[in-house]
Amino acid sequence: MTGVAVARPAQKRRRVSPLPYLYLLPSLLLFALFVFYPFVKTLITSLYTTDPAGRLVDFVGLSNYIGTFTSKDFAQVMSVTFEFAIKVVAGSIALGVLAAILAHEVTHLKGLFRTVYALPMAVSSACITVICVFILNPTMGILNYLLGTDIRWLKDVKTALNSVAVVTIWMHLGLNYIFTIAALQNVDASLYEAAAIDGAGLLRKHWHITLPCISPTLFFLLIVNVINSFQSYAQINLMTRGGPGKCTRVFIYQIYLEAFVNGRFGNACAQSVIMFLLLLILTLAQFRLEKKVTY
Amino acid sequence: MVRKGLSAWVFLLLNLVLALLLVSPLLYCLSVSFMTEPELMNFPPRLLPSALSFENYRAALQMAPILQFLLNSLIAAVACTAGQLITGALAGYAFAMHEFPGKRVLFLLMLATMMIPGQAIIISNYLTVAGLGMIDTYQALIIPYLTSAFCVFNMRQAFLSIPTELKESAELDGCSSPVFLVRIGLPLVLPSLGSLGIYTFLSVWNQYLWPLLVTNKPATRTVQIGIGMLQDADANAYGPIMAGVVMVLIPSIIVFILGQRTLIQGLTAGAVKG
Repeated sequence: MTGVAVARPAQKRRRVSPLPYLYLLPSLLLFALFVFYPFVKTLITSLYTTDPAGRLVDFVGLSNYIGTFTSKDFAQVMSVTFEFAIKVVAGSIALGVLAAILAHEVTHLKGLFRTVYALPMAVSSACITVICVFILNPTMGILNYLLGTDIRWLKDVKTALNSVAVVTIWMHLGLNYIFTIAALQNVDASLYEAAAIDGAGLLRKHWHITLPCISPTLFFLLIVNVINSFQSYAQINLMTRGGPGKCTRVFIYQIYLEAFVNGRFGNACAQSVIMFLLLLILTLAQFRLEKKVTY
Repeated sequence: MVRKGLSAWVFLLLNLVLALLLVSPLLYCLSVSFMTEPELMNFPPRLLPSALSFENYRAALQMAPILQFLLNSLIAAVACTAGQLITGALAGYAFAMHEFPGKRVLFLLMLATMMIPGQAIIISNYLTVAGLGMIDTYQALIIPYLTSAFCVFNMRQAFLSIPTELKESAELDGCSSPVFLVRIGLPLVLPSLGSLGIYTFLSVWNQYLWPLLVTNKPATRTVQIGIGMLQDADANAYGPIMAGVVMVLIPSIIVFILGQRTLIQGLTAGAVKG
């Protein structure tokens, strides 16, 4: 009993110790300066017009938002953004799952395949984009030669967005692969044994056992992939600069143009807020969906 | 038995096809980087050079100060990695092994920063950094990335795995909280520090938009922007451009291959729960 009596005051003394706050100080200070302050500043700037250096000029209320929603570009930019996101997210998760299942089942050269499938994580968007611009070059590129085609991949309205999407799928593949393979390794082996006894084939086995078992991981990846695909900037800038026309102008590129080419920081900040809200809504919607669907 | 042997071959074949398809852009880039100019202009296009020519590497180094870019990227990536590990370990230690008023609110505040996508506040951050006259400095590349919620959260998870009894008994022996952190805590969370360190290094090394905004001069530009500059300088000089890409890829691929196991185990440990 005396031990407890001694320990209690000691615990109380520890509670008012300034040490934990000191530990937190560096992170909190940096978050305050580079996340919370800019967030508030973005909200405030979105209500003003600015000069080209970004200084606030006139308070305009919500007219930057109204201007964005009513501009003739907005519908097209949104449809490009969503088309791009859907293709990239679906393609990249599907390919990541395929790679994970293949690497999980294979018996030879396992280490090699695992490294190759995760490798895109180490390759920057700038590097893979510049390589693909060369491969897709209409005259010097090897793709047209191999396919026997004469397509101007990045200059043709029909192929530009898909080309950028394929490159982006490659970039996101590594992350999707490693999370899926980690989840596969946690699937209860007895489920597979039971399926084997029931005579289930390979496709049925993965469709009925693997996918339901890894669905929490797939939902996590869905959220991360949606957020990542909305933030695709480097590949657009290096491959198409939003063209031809406006057919690859995704939302983040539009925001960049508005701020750093047109110098309209107020508009750009309003659009940043819209993007933030859009991602917030999408993320919350996916959480609700996950509650309904997962096993 | 026969079926099992057959399916093993089928899986090997499928893996080979997929792996080759995925890695082919990188291999092709490597191959082109060693080709001479006539070989590059050849039609039909060649897959392999006839001999290893380093002419493209020499040309790339002349077209842009790539060594300076590599140094800049290295400084930024190492500084940010060290910063994130230190601030992350301190904050994670506080959240996991201490009780203090306001802990819950402060933790939620940190988690909230994960909900704000980087690109949504990048314009304001640019205006702040520009207003402070920090454009074209290493500080601009480094300071905003000295901490991350991802690091704090993962370090907290790592410290939570240390039994509280260990700290309590160390305290009874007169071991203060900072001493416990340095002597006992950090060695125990070393694997997490390793995987987060590799992850942070790769992500800072591969950053594109932020360095593009805050650096204009070769003295501070990073490699990722340098690659784009090679392309802008002469969009058809594909030999030197591919040689430049190889030089930029080598450091990140080495870090990845060496740290692969640690990285993957650390990253997926928190996210996968059955």
